[in-house]
Amino acid sequence: MAMLEVEDLNVRFYTEDGVVKATNDLSYRIEAGERFGVVGESGAGKSVTSLALMRLLDDPGVIESGEIRFKGENILEMSDEEVRDLRGNEIAMIFQDAQTALNPAYTVGEQISEAIRYHLGLGEAAAKERAIETLESVGIPSAAERYTDYPHQFSGGMQQRAVIAIALSCDPDLIIADEPTTALDVTIEAQILDLLEEVATEFDTAIQLITHDLGVVAEFCDRVMVMYAGHPVEMAPVEDIYYDPQHPYTVGLMSSIPRIGDERDRLQTIPGRMPDLIEVPPGCNFHPRCPYAEEACTRTEPELVETETGEPADPIESDAQVAACLAHTGELRGELDYEVTVRDAGGPGDDPAAASEGERP
Amino acid sequence: MSLQRFVLKRGLVTIPLLLGISLITFGMVHAIPGDPIDFITLFTELDPAVEAEIRAEYGLDQPVYIQYIDWVTSAAQGDFGRSIITRSPVIDEIMSRLPYTLVMGVMAFGVTVVTAIPSGILAAYYRNTKIDQVSRVFALLGIAIPNFWLGLMLLLVFASGLGLFPVLPPTDQGLLSVEMLSYTLLPAIAIGTGSTALMMRLMRSSMVEELDKDYVRTARAKGLPERSVVRKHVLRNSLISVVTVAAIQVAFIISGSVVVEIVFAYPGIGRLLVDRVGNRDFPVIQAIVLLIGVAVILANFLADVLYAYLDPRIRY
Repeated sequence: MAMLEVEDLNVRFYTEDGVVKATNDLSYRIEAGERFGVVGESGAGKSVTSLALMRLLDDPGVIESGEIRFKGENILEMSDEEVRDLRGNEIAMIFQDAQTALNPAYTVGEQISEAIRYHLGLGEAAAKERAIETLESVGIPSAAERYTDYPHQFSGGMQQRAVIAIALSCDPDLIIADEPTTALDVTIEAQILDLLEEVATEFDTAIQLITHDLGVVAEFCDRVMVMYAGHPVEMAPVEDIYYDPQHPYTVGLMSSIPRIGDERDRLQTIPGRMPDLIEVPPGCNFHPRCPYAEEACTRTEPELVETETGEPADPIESDAQVAACLAHTGELRGELDYEVTVRDAGGPGDDPAAASEGERP
Repeated sequence: MSLQRFVLKRGLVTIPLLLGISLITFGMVHAIPGDPIDFITLFTELDPAVEAEIRAEYGLDQPVYIQYIDWVTSAAQGDFGRSIITRSPVIDEIMSRLPYTLVMGVMAFGVTVVTAIPSGILAAYYRNTKIDQVSRVFALLGIAIPNFWLGLMLLLVFASGLGLFPVLPPTDQGLLSVEMLSYTLLPAIAIGTGSTALMMRLMRSSMVEELDKDYVRTARAKGLPERSVVRKHVLRNSLISVVTVAAIQVAFIISGSVVVEIVFAYPGIGRLLVDRVGNRDFPVIQAIVLLIGVAVILANFLADVLYAYLDPRIRY
């Protein structure tokens, strides 16, 4: 049993315009200490998924069906109080924009200590001490003095560190990081990622990293799930995704990254836009934008299959590379006609973003 | 910057404001057509020598700026001169009425805060439900109804109709007696209703905005109980804009008291002011208008301090 198992999660938003299907039969697992990346365009359902994990979806979002098992217990069946015991304590979240994620009216220290006091039952002084230690561990210099600073006295990078400190403060087993570096410049981004990696290793914390930045995924994650229109389209260990993407959407994502030494005049783009989640295209949701789409794609909704065998895959159990494309079940007449050129001999740790490229006709 | 330094700095700003208020008050009162001498002598023809004597007695023979300087310097010492009508010191007249208006104003403000903030919180938390709609209807009525009419209706229904309150203020009772306080409740409600409605809606909208803030989600993600999320992370921030408006309401309550005191035959400074405007009793008018100005400045000063306390970013 994995630490976190999400099974057939369906999140719906009941709006005036119709029902938004934010996630559709989403299943995945995260092992203890694992770094799991969730990749996709805006609106693919990444953030919704992570909010659903903590039952933090706001109106009109509802979890319609599915199970979210954390250490074997279904979060969706817990009482509000049980969920609160989990939040911030065993599952913590790092939000995208640290500036707005911190309350301007309270000191940074207080915002860290309050969770410590609540979850660990420590007194004022002990909680403060622990909060200062946490601030130190995320690299805030002279943490004891900065404890009484307000968020606006922190720089952007320090604010993000403070948000990470809040997440770390109660030693969670799983951290959900929702685009933790999007609001930061690249040098700070690298520092924050290093920090996350460091603390994840030190405390053996699993991390679900949500991002649209494939470079970040390559550097950070063990396994990756690519999402499109609320569906998982491909899931694989990070090397496989980069060296051997098996879904046309993943290929498209890969080839749209600019690289140093690139001789292309123009970047590849994926034509069109992600569909409206109220009315998704029939069959494979991606077929209107897919260069390999055939008639069958407009009719049959592809299942997640193991790309090696073409057998239906259980995304919770499977360790293999899985993708949801008819090409792997033999229902497509043509082939996925692209090749991956590996420019750099280095492993994924070196510079994998530059190491693979999907070529499309 | 610490809160103390902010208070000091903000306090210094009030000095030029006070001077400005005194100048405007003085200027406006003197721009009113009609010679005060006529009111002193009740429009009788006078021997020019006697008239000059009276003018000298009230300082009316001096150039205007000398009159102003004299007035400001003695006003600063609590001496507003003597009333033209009753000939008693202005300060005594005001002091005998001020406590009544203060009690009524505090009561009106209390009614406002005690009803507006909790009902605004409820309307925000249960937004777009029945509770919110009911509060919206009350707010609309509260803002639309003029306070003097509301005062008359309250008198009609609760005092004269149901007999729950006296129709006239009790004359033989002290200010803080139960009878007087219960009489004061109706005018306080009449004055405070408009402000209540306004503040309730403001509380609602600023809290609705606050509830959607990312840091509220952060607080929930920390696993804090909903109660403390709302109390600690939502309420304090949504009070910031309400505090500012509450300070402005002080001005409305004071100006409202002028009309409502007449409706209720209430012995406060509002009624005194209206009485004396009719008689061109310049020293009294000046003193009361100045007092109102000072009260508004003070209320704003307190609001700014509270504002800085609630939102640390203001202090820097």
